[in-house]
Amino acid sequence: MATLDAKIPKGPLKDKWTNHKNNINLVNPANKRLIDVIVVGTGLAGGSAAATLAELGYNVKAFCFQDSPRRAHSIAAQGGINAAKNYQGDGDSIYRLFYDTVKGGDYRSREANVYRLAEVSANIIDQCVAQGVPFAREYGGLLDNRSFGGVLVSRTFYAKGQTGQQLLLGAYSAMNRQIGRGKIKMYNRHEMMDVVKVDGKARGIIARNLVTGEIERHGAHAVVIASGGYGNIFFLSTNAMGSNASAAWKIHKKGAYFANPCFTQIHPTCIPVSGELQAKLTLMSESLRNDGRIWVPKKKEDVEAIRAGKLRPTQIKEEDRDYYLERRYPAFGNLVPRDVASRAAKERCDAGYGVNQTGEAVYLDFSSAITRYGKEAAHVKGLNENDNALVQKLGKEVVANKYGNLFQMYEKIVDENPYETPMMIYPAVHYTMGGIWVDYNLMTTVPGLYAIGEANFSDHGANRLGASALMQGLADGYFVLPYTIGDYLSNDIRTGAIPTDTKEFDEAEKEVVDRLEKLINNEGTKPVDHFHKRLGKIMWNKCGMARNEKDLKSAIEEIKALREEFWKDVRVPGTRNEFNEELAKAGRVADFLELGELFAKDALERTESCGGHFREESQTEEGEAKRDDENFKYVAAWEYKGEPSDAVLHKEDLVYENIELKTRSYK
Amino acid sequence: MNLTLKIWRQKDANSKGKMVDYQISDISGDMSFLEMLDVLNNQLIEKGEEPIAFDHDCREGICGMCSLYINGEAHGPDRGVTTCQLHMRKFKDGDTIYIEPFRAKAFPVVKDLAVDRSAFDRIQHAGGYVSVNTSGNTQDANAIPVQKENADMAFDAATCIGCGACVATCKNSSAMLFVGAKVSQYALLPQGEVEAKERVQNMVKQMDAEGFGNCSNTGACEVECPKGISLENIARMNREYLKATTSTKD
Amino acid sequence: MSKSGTFKSSIGRKIAMALSALFLMIFLIQHLTINITATFSPETFNELSHFMGTNPVVQFIAQPILIFAVVFHFVMGFILEAKNRQARPINYKKNNGAANSSWMSRNMIYSGLVILAFLVLHFIDFWLPEMNYKYIAMNPEDPTRYYEELLHKFHSPIRVGAYVLAFVLLALHLLHGFGSAFQSLGQNNKYIDGLKKFGVIYSILIPLGFIVTAVVLYMNAQ
Repeated sequence: MATLDAKIPKGPLKDKWTNHKNNINLVNPANKRLIDVIVVGTGLAGGSAAATLAELGYNVKAFCFQDSPRRAHSIAAQGGINAAKNYQGDGDSIYRLFYDTVKGGDYRSREANVYRLAEVSANIIDQCVAQGVPFAREYGGLLDNRSFGGVLVSRTFYAKGQTGQQLLLGAYSAMNRQIGRGKIKMYNRHEMMDVVKVDGKARGIIARNLVTGEIERHGAHAVVIASGGYGNIFFLSTNAMGSNASAAWKIHKKGAYFANPCFTQIHPTCIPVSGELQAKLTLMSESLRNDGRIWVPKKKEDVEAIRAGKLRPTQIKEEDRDYYLERRYPAFGNLVPRDVASRAAKERCDAGYGVNQTGEAVYLDFSSAITRYGKEAAHVKGLNENDNALVQKLGKEVVANKYGNLFQMYEKIVDENPYETPMMIYPAVHYTMGGIWVDYNLMTTVPGLYAIGEANFSDHGANRLGASALMQGLADGYFVLPYTIGDYLSNDIRTGAIPTDTKEFDEAEKEVVDRLEKLINNEGTKPVDHFHKRLGKIMWNKCGMARNEKDLKSAIEEIKALREEFWKDVRVPGTRNEFNEELAKAGRVADFLELGELFAKDALERTESCGGHFREESQTEEGEAKRDDENFKYVAAWEYKGEPSDAVLHKEDLVYENIELKTRSYK
Repeated sequence: MNLTLKIWRQKDANSKGKMVDYQISDISGDMSFLEMLDVLNNQLIEKGEEPIAFDHDCREGICGMCSLYINGEAHGPDRGVTTCQLHMRKFKDGDTIYIEPFRAKAFPVVKDLAVDRSAFDRIQHAGGYVSVNTSGNTQDANAIPVQKENADMAFDAATCIGCGACVATCKNSSAMLFVGAKVSQYALLPQGEVEAKERVQNMVKQMDAEGFGNCSNTGACEVECPKGISLENIARMNREYLKATTSTKD
Repeated sequence: MSKSGTFKSSIGRKIAMALSALFLMIFLIQHLTINITATFSPETFNELSHFMGTNPVVQFIAQPILIFAVVFHFVMGFILEAKNRQARPINYKKNNGAANSSWMSRNMIYSGLVILAFLVLHFIDFWLPEMNYKYIAMNPEDPTRYYEELLHKFHSPIRVGAYVLAFVLLALHLLHGFGSAFQSLGQNNKYIDGLKKFGVIYSILIPLGFIVTAVVLYMNAQ
């Protein structure tokens, strides 16, 4: 098995990517026609990669489990995309974006990768505008920006609260152009069941047609995994119902190391859980924190009165409110990074100040923003700034213009008007920084097998900054992978088409069919959801916002036991040769039940607190996270050895030559 | 609340389907419509029956995967939402709810309530893009200012989620709101204007080939559209089409 | 339109529908203008009718165009209806059309059919005798005969009732059709609200004018 070589180019940080591009091997255009590439997943990373690879001349086969590439969950990203354009002239630069990202990630990401990300970020905006992505603009016709948590500049480009949608549709349109030209062959409603290795290299996949149940073989010279993150391991998350870790987990079992599985992002501004039968959680953009103030009552009796429905939040006087983020972190206030904001909410709720029935909710209040904007608008229009009704009306208009769709979404779900009463929010699982280990070229530990976007681990360290996921997905897909993959494929120009009638494909297919048969013929008593929910509870309670040794150890045991129970007692209806959603779901949950254990094992191993990973054993007296650079300044890359518990840890030491490691402080 | 559900069941594309009655109880108003169906499905599985197939994914109203014709309306009785955001508080105890798939010749049923909307994808393949390479060698994003009004209108058109409610609700199964939105988005931006003529003709040609009906301006699509895409977009498409087909260049 | 296939495309067809509709709507104004004179000045009516009936431009250019527009509008309407029905082979068990669209917009084919039935009657009543009078029987031209002939047709209350009913449906047809024609031609802009209001007034006043004429003539004929 390969040792961990990140293949970071030599030379000064700012020249690494340029030099690397100048020195890697290229495939000439005529030869690209002889090369097939499989892309699994069609979100921002997969969609943009498929489009660009096809445009370069490769034959691309793209796969998605949804009925169209446009459904990928990147579409749900709301707030925006970062880019070091410095259009606002507020001191932004590539270095500052790089610095913010490394710091925001609590110094657990790879310098060279992050710098490259910051370097290409500006290009993404140019590219998307050229594609017809309708970003928000100012009256002068130029692009507008807003600020996001954890940084001191306005570098976030956005399209109202639907930035992910617009960017994804941009990538989808680029794909459409190539599908129309016949350069991408699109496989909708197909699920990758396994990767096929020939002579140690990734040479194809086994896929299942989700409509007919047919098992298909697809050969290729390289396979790119862009299947997103594994947040759904928690059952309740902001991910789409179909989001899954199966492609990533399958390649892990075939030799790709899995890095930092415990680095999960819990997003602070989600709509709280309402009931036992809830299927998913809804996130509201972090951009809300630009104008919303987060608070809980100062007095316990107010909390009780609110829970009993005797008191309304608007009736609580200003001095009886605890704006805890502003209190604890005066410099950043409500704009602290996500992990900090989430933990602070949990801290207040654990102390008994949660404001809904479940005790797990805090207020996000727009009343001061409404008044502030209203006065501003009245002033601009030359109207009376002291007319309260007018100010409220104008202020609400401004807020509606900025966040209208989010407010509407909240009202539809909660049935309360957030213009009149504060929103209730609580953290929820949102994004996974951990993922498949990749080198600088985005190649996994299996030759010819790549991982991009949220599926890999590389750029966000232990915590991702807001509006950086879209940036990373598109950077990987449009600008990084299409170059770096050529270096590998240049050796394949004489290989010819990969045959699929070989014993490697036979074996892989048999393995897939056997497992499907096992699930379908299991004749247990409980539906898949039953197990998924139980796994989610274990993960949330023991591997959630705060973790400790005892809980993690018991989580490992419980997940193992649950996995055994699943295979004994799950009931999957129907047959495998038809449209069978339960069967697809069963396979995904079976993989989560393995990944969950590795997740807990990784969290147990890392006894420091960093970013989204908070170990109760490692905190300051004030309850802030305490990092341990001496012992944990590494990427934990796990090698599969049969059972999750047998996984072997490989450490990639993180070298910081351009940034001084500091305690992350937002005070 | 307790409800009677009348649901379309159809084994696969080639089978005939029929409405089947189901009873469900103890549904809370805070549940979403799809969570209600989740509960029904898990009950069916535990009873050893086949669960009901329906499309869904993000469950926050943006991916466009969920569909369903509920009590005679696409995405049900609420406005500005997809089925996944429709909450049970919109119904009353004892209600009978009809649940049918989106119906159109161009949207064949895959199974039960799930339909095949790839016709929409094929329309996009025909011209739903700007022909610009993704190489990154494009000019600076601020090189061409875009009037805010046009940028906002383009954005509004671009918020279409491709769910197909417009087709499902149209008495003619017309796809013109969907196509009009895409044509408009690009026609309103300088980046898309260049190939506007070819785009509108190619997309309309593909739309017709897919077997969608013709628009008779009833306006039902605009009302049922979960994203409130305006009829103006159809007018703009008609205009663009007229412009493109009457221009001297063939 | 330069392309031969324009009328084969969906948008081409709806544009053609709209153009023929606009032409017919202008014709309605002209027709009503003449009719209404019959209620207060039989002489004016006779004069105008004589002009229309004998002017070669009207007879040999305008009239064929009108007939073509009428036939075209109906035939295209039927073709579109048939195509649109094919676009949904299986209907909904439950469909709540009233939730999102007007009755008029959903039933253009039915209001259209009633108008067609009326037109058949109208042709039998006026156009055929007129053609017979002028071009078959080759009777000598009498510039004062029109009003008497007109009055003669309005003796029967059943016929007047049928006329009134047809015009009510014409009003319903126009209430959707007027705005729809402009929308089909791509006119949905800042003037649309004013245009829509004008459309409502037009759609009610024009058929009302015809109804008033029919009722007045009926009373005069008694």
